Amino acid sequence: MRTILTAGSFAVVALLAAPALADPDEDNLVINDELQMVTETAAPAHMEHVDTIYSGWRFRTDETQALQIDDFENPAMIFVDQGMDLFNSVDGTEGKSCASCHEDVAAFAGFHAEMPKVMNGKLVVMEDFINGHRARAMGAEPWKWSGPEMQAMVALIGLQSRGMPMNVKIDGDAAPYWEQGKEMYYTRYGQLELSCANCHEDSYGLMIRADHLSQGQINGFPTYRLKQAKLISRHNRFRGCIRDTRAETFAEGSDEFRALELYVASRSNGLSVETPAVRQ
Amino acid sequence: MRVTLTALATLALAGAALAEPVAPMDVVYEDGAIAGSLTGMAGDPDNGAKLMNKGAGNCIACHQVTALETLPFHGEIGPSLDGVSERWSVAEIRGIVANAKEMFPETMMPSFYRDTGFIRPGKAYTGKGIDPAELTPLLTAQEIEDLVSYLITLKYE
Ligand code: HEC
Ligand code: HEC
Repeated sequence: MRTILTAGSFAVVALLAAPALADPDEDNLVINDELQMVTETAAPAHMEHVDTIYSGWRFRTDETQALQIDDFENPAMIFVDQGMDLFNSVDGTEGKSCASCHEDVAAFAGFHAEMPKVMNGKLVVMEDFINGHRARAMGAEPWKWSGPEMQAMVALIGLQSRGMPMNVKIDGDAAPYWEQGKEMYYTRYGQLELSCANCHEDSYGLMIRADHLSQGQINGFPTYRLKQAKLISRHNRFRGCIRDTRAETFAEGSDEFRALELYVASRSNGLSVETPAVRQ
Repeated sequence: MRVTLTALATLALAGAALAEPVAPMDVVYEDGAIAGSLTGMAGDPDNGAKLMNKGAGNCIACHQVTALETLPFHGEIGPSLDGVSERWSVAEIRGIVANAKEMFPETMMPSFYRDTGFIRPGKAYTGKGIDPAELTPLLTAQEIEDLVSYLITLKYE
C-alpha cells in the first residue's frame, strides 16, 4: 500500500516537472508544401551563451503551427492583402502611391532580411523607411507605428523576403547601435528585475506560468497574434515584455527600441524570414 | 511624576514600534536568512497558499508545488518547492522569500520585500514610470510571513 502511494506521488511530481512541452519540438516548417524554412540553425558567432537558435514557431502548439503552413489558413494574409491595396492607393499631396515609384512589390525581395540597417548615418527600421517615403515622395501623413496600415505594409514588404535567411549587419556604422541594443538585452529592468536574456536565453523551452518560453526571435514579425487577432509590431512586443517586468517601458519608435531591434534581429541571423508568422 | 510620565510615553512608543513591521531597508540578512518574524506575528498559511497562485506573489509562475496541483500551469523556472521545509530553516525560507538575491545573487527570482535599487521601475503592469518614493515592495511584511508559514508545511511525501 505504502509503495503504491509513493509510486503515485512520484508520478505526480514527474508530471509537474516534465510537461509535454519542454523544449522546442522536432517539427519541420514547410510553407504551402514548397517553401522549406530554416527554423533551427547554429547561432551566429556573436552569441556567447547560445549554440543553436530556433524560430518561435518551434515552441508553439500543433494547432498554432498549422496556421502558418498554408497561406490559405494564415490569418495574417488578410492584412497582407490590405497592404497590397495600400501599396496601390494614392495618398498625400503628390498624388502618388507606393506603386508609382516601386512598380512591383516583389522588387523588395531581400530588403527585410537586412533590416534594420544604417542609412545616411541613421539606424532605420522598416517603419521608418515606410513613413520616410510617405513623407518625402508622397507628401502623406505618417502612419501610426503599430497601426493597421503600417503593420500591413511592413508585413507585405517582409513577405517578399520569406524563406531568405535573416542577415542584419552588426559591424561598421551599425556597431554602436548594436552595442546599445545588446546592453539593453542584458539589463534587468523593472521591479521584477528581469532581462530579455533571463527569459529568452536562460529559460527558453521552459514554462513560465502558462507560457512556453521561446528564444524571443523576431524573424516572423509582424506576427499575427491569435490573442489579439491582429498584426503585432516588433516594438509592441518589446513594450509588452518590458511592461511585464513591472518596468517603465520605452516608446514604440524610440531610438532605444530601434537599437534593441537591431540587436534582437542579429540573434535571428541564419533563421528564415517567416513574415507574417502566427503566434498564440 | 514627571519621570513616570516619560517612562510611560517611552513604553507606549516601544509598543508602537513593535507593532510596526520591519521596513524593507531595515531587514537584517545573515547568510541570506532573516532570524525573526518581520511583523512580530505568526503567518496565516491559508493566505500564504492563496498568494502562491495570485497577486504579486504568483510563485507558481516559476515553481511547481504538488500540494497545489489542482491549480493549473505551474512554471519550471525555479525548483519544485516540495519538501522545501526539509531543505531550509524557517529563517532561510523567510530570507529567500523576502529577497532571494541575498541567498542566490544572480537568481531570476524577484525580490518580494525590497523597494529600492530598480532600473526603470514602473507603476505595477501599466508600463508607466513611478516616482521611486512611491514604490512599495511586491508583498507586505505580513504577506511574507503568510508565505513562510505556508512553505514550512511543504514536506517530502
Ligand atoms: C518575464 C519574462 C519575459 C521577459 C523578461 C521578456 N520576455 Fe519576451 N516573451 C515572454 C513570453 C512569455 C513570450 C511569449 C512566448 C514566447 O514566444 O516566448 C514572449 C515573446 C517574445 C517575442 C515573440 C517571439 C515570437 O516568436 O513571436 C519576442 C520577439 C520577445 N518576447 C522579445 C523580448 C525582448 C526583446 C525582451 C526584453 C526587452 C523580452 N522579450 C523580455 C516573456 C518575457
Ligand atoms: C521569476 C521566477 C520566480 C518567481 C516568480 C519566484 N521564484 Fe522562487 N526561485 C526561483 C529560482 C530560479 C530559484 C532557485 C534559486 C537560484 O537561482 O539558484 C528559486 C528558489 C526558491 C526557493 C528555494 C527553493 C529550494 O528548494 O531550494 C524558495 C523557497 C522560493 N524560491 C520561494 C518562492 C516564493 C514563495 C515565491 C513567490 C512569492 C517565488 N519563489 C517566486 C524563481 C522564482
